[in-house]
Amino acid sequence: MIKIVKRDQPSRAIFFFTPVLAIFLTLVAGGLIFFILGFKPFEALKFFFIVPIADKYGFSELLLKATPLCLIAIGLSFCFKSNNWNIGAEGQLTFGAIVSGGVALIFYEQEGFYILPIVILAGAIGGMLYASIPAILKTYFNTNEILVSLMLVYVSKLILDYLVVGPWSNPEGFNFPETRQFSDSAKLPLLFEGLRIHAGIFLALAAVVISWFVFYKTYLGFQMKVSGFSLKTAKYAGYKGKKMIILVFLISGACAGLAGVGEITGPIGQLHREISPDYGFTAIIVAFLGRLHPVGIIFASLVVAITYLGAETAQIFMQIPKYTGQVFQGMILFFLLASDYLLFFKIKFIGSKK
Amino acid sequence: MHKFFIRSFVSSLVLLFTFTVAAIAKDVKAAFVYIGPTGDHGWTYQHDVGRKAVEAAGFKTTYVEGVPESADAERVLRQLANSGHDVIFTTSFGYMNPTNKVAKEFPNVKFEHATGYKREHPNVSTYAARFYEGRTILGTIAGTMTKSNIIGYVASFPIPEVIRGINSFTLAAQKVNPNIKTKIVWAFTWYDPGKEAEAAKALIDQGADVIAQHTDSTAIVQMAEKAGVYAFGQASDMDKFAPKAVLTSVENNWGPYYVDRVKAVANGTWSQKDTWHGIGDGMVVISDLDSQMPADLRSKVKKLQADLASGKVHSFTGPIYDQKGNLMVAEGKTADDGMLAGMMTYVKGVEGDIPK
Repeated sequence: MIKIVKRDQPSRAIFFFTPVLAIFLTLVAGGLIFFILGFKPFEALKFFFIVPIADKYGFSELLLKATPLCLIAIGLSFCFKSNNWNIGAEGQLTFGAIVSGGVALIFYEQEGFYILPIVILAGAIGGMLYASIPAILKTYFNTNEILVSLMLVYVSKLILDYLVVGPWSNPEGFNFPETRQFSDSAKLPLLFEGLRIHAGIFLALAAVVISWFVFYKTYLGFQMKVSGFSLKTAKYAGYKGKKMIILVFLISGACAGLAGVGEITGPIGQLHREISPDYGFTAIIVAFLGRLHPVGIIFASLVVAITYLGAETAQIFMQIPKYTGQVFQGMILFFLLASDYLLFFKIKFIGSKK
Repeated sequence: MHKFFIRSFVSSLVLLFTFTVAAIAKDVKAAFVYIGPTGDHGWTYQHDVGRKAVEAAGFKTTYVEGVPESADAERVLRQLANSGHDVIFTTSFGYMNPTNKVAKEFPNVKFEHATGYKREHPNVSTYAARFYEGRTILGTIAGTMTKSNIIGYVASFPIPEVIRGINSFTLAAQKVNPNIKTKIVWAFTWYDPGKEAEAAKALIDQGADVIAQHTDSTAIVQMAEKAGVYAFGQASDMDKFAPKAVLTSVENNWGPYYVDRVKAVANGTWSQKDTWHGIGDGMVVISDLDSQMPADLRSKVKKLQADLASGKVHSFTGPIYDQKGNLMVAEGKTADDGMLAGMMTYVKGVEGDIPK
């Protein structure tokens, strides 16, 4: 006999175990899907998860891919921990990239050490400005931040479209939708010759450290935690809710904006229509897979990053459709949410009675 | 750090060596990078048809679909160049900078970029098709078949390629029917069935009874079928998606070019080129003409097709005036390729302004 029993309180061990379980189940289900599609499951999984990072270049690409995911997810964890559902990181990334790209274009054909810091700062401010819209609407007009932040994603993409097609398009570029290439002073320095991994990774690592400190060592972190558990309690305790809401949105927006800066001043080097393959949305999966914990998010961003790389490798070497990468991302989230059931319930095996 | 560089130098030497040996010893392998899914029945689908022609000619091919034009494109290109591919076709404009960047690192691999203009290294070629010749045919059909004299046109992005198509289409339509107006809706997408269908609906609501498109999905012809108006297939023969609406399609036929270029790599005769082929070279193909078109129109279209192929007729033959009535091309002259490549003004008869 199997009986399902409600737990008195969520299990701490299970809390950190379920992400691992979710990844394991994703691998099993993924193998099964490969098998059904007519591929050798173990070989396919090898090309998906091992081959892409087997050499130095592959590993550097993994870090390059994980950097924006980690940065955005850290920012989102501030919002999600405190019950603020910012779904619009993609928009904040885009708007941050627009502002910082605009500044980089102002310094076109100029060199100087002061350019890059201004460009980076502009991106963070852009992201913050854009995130402040849902935050202010939520605090002062009681709007739903999920809807507002999500809808603003599409607005930001249209603004970017307008700029790269029109006023900011490269005058020598035959009206194709792209800006000029940024000057070297507006680009993040590369860490190694021949690899694309750039200084943006330090921004992500700094975000990890700062977020850990804020979450576990400050009054703000405690307030966020309490608000996350119960808004009523937070109110009863006399916390200034509005201030905190705006603050977490600003932090989240700054992180997403910086991720945008990392893309355009890193590997891309200009503004065009597709600066992010939906990092802002994928980072939501990363944040939850990492349990909103800074260290967890590092691992989660690496796991999710590899699904992108693996999908490419699997298609090149085994002709597996590349979109299976997205299937993997979806499965990870699905299994994580499903296994969260174990947080609140436990399965008891009861011997049959005579 | 020092050790790191030595190691990477040695490993790249080894890599270079194996690569050179491999290139001599084995057959030529071609790779294709696609922006969309191979099943889009438009742009990517047709490139994949071209890839299959290369396979049929006895070469090995690889493809990667759905490669975004973000930072990811460069990694995919490098991985393909690194895994024994001798020629790589990059089939979207947004791959232009990554293609040139990776080409610099792999001088022994040939790169072929579709629809771009940068050839920064001797191992980069560019190629595109004169789709505007196909649009001259569509314009002729649309101008004859319309009853409302309003022709709808769903456009993607305001770039010369698209403006040229609108102009070529409108000029041909005016030639057979001076009263027609071309109404444009900008969808600002190459592939988004939802947006494209909406754009088509808006045009039909404004009285358009023939719809042309410069976006890639089948949503527009299907919308036309539902509304009982005519339409034209884009990129591939879309007749089966809307048998009543589709009068003909302009097909992108990349196969012959791809086979030609891969063979050139195999023979060692490949050299940098900028190719711009039209109906005459078979890169632009007109599908079967629908039987709803009157017989005399069909024979007229056949003749026009032959004349465009032979060069007897040019899509942009003067006199051509812009919207304000300024002369663009003088009587008896034809627009040269330079003018076509940078075309950013509408001809007379097109309604509205180019979005800026």
